[in-house]
Amino acid sequence: MPVIQDPLPWFIAGPLLGLSVPLMLLLTGREPGVSGSFRHACALLPGTKAIDYFRYDVLKEGLWQVLFVVGILLGGTWVQFGLGGAGIPLFLPQNLTTAGLALLFMGGLAVGFGTRWADGCTSGHTISGIANLSLSSVVASVCFFVGGVSASLVDRFVFGGIVP
Amino acid sequence: MSSTTVYRGLPWWKYPIWLAMGIGFGAVLTKAQVISVVRVHRMFAFQEPHMFLVIGSAVVTGMIGVALLKAFRRTKTDVSGRPMVFKKRPFQTGIVAGGLIFGVGWYFTAACPGPIYALIGTGTWTAWIILAGAFAGAFLYGWLKPRLPH
Repeated sequence: MPVIQDPLPWFIAGPLLGLSVPLMLLLTGREPGVSGSFRHACALLPGTKAIDYFRYDVLKEGLWQVLFVVGILLGGTWVQFGLGGAGIPLFLPQNLTTAGLALLFMGGLAVGFGTRWADGCTSGHTISGIANLSLSSVVASVCFFVGGVSASLVDRFVFGGIVP
Repeated sequence: MSSTTVYRGLPWWKYPIWLAMGIGFGAVLTKAQVISVVRVHRMFAFQEPHMFLVIGSAVVTGMIGVALLKAFRRTKTDVSGRPMVFKKRPFQTGIVAGGLIFGVGWYFTAACPGPIYALIGTGTWTAWIILAGAFAGAFLYGWLKPRLPH
């Protein structure tokens, strides 16, 4: 396998990600989406069937998505160990404090809660949803960025940058 | 997820395709550095256009691709003859409220859901903590769902 040092340029990466929507629909009947996997993970845990949201057959309805996210994980492994890596830091040493790690967990909590309430994330809403001309996905995507940019502004100019 | 019937009796070959599509998706996210904390922070601070260009061109390509697919595949079925599932996401409070909450989480973790998995694949162990948080967040949502506006 050739080792590629340069990052993939945006004009190749973006179209490839976008093309995955019609390709996956045509081949398998499903559009790419990732955050539904968080729901499947909860539904697989014992005891969660007491909650209505987790009462469904994961193997029947969610296996495709579990395989898709396992694939994403393996794609990261492939690039890291077979294609010369990402060529950029993937985490910051400043994160490795108790407060830094707690911040990552709290941020993850917001990602899980927010994407489930919005019923989609950057893949489900921004890429698949907008490709399907869903107006709610346009609104959701704008909100993703408004949330991120606002958090960045508040962090940098009010708290002086608690996020490393 | 009420339409259980469409999931029944899927051809076996779809499962390796989903895995393969995921590998391609994850490899592109990683090699284009979309999973990097550096890129995400530069995006939210408007310091460079890279992430906007990746996401923007993905959106445009996806729109054109799906429009062509709908035009040339009027049956709206996939290659196995089963209906393509265009997930309907109606307007509700969570589109805005959940969207904003996710955006804040995206900034604090520097990872949206796809990159969380890709980061784990690269051996970035801190991503396990983000994933644990995301699972907990999804559980919290499922628990609170009856009390949240939709």
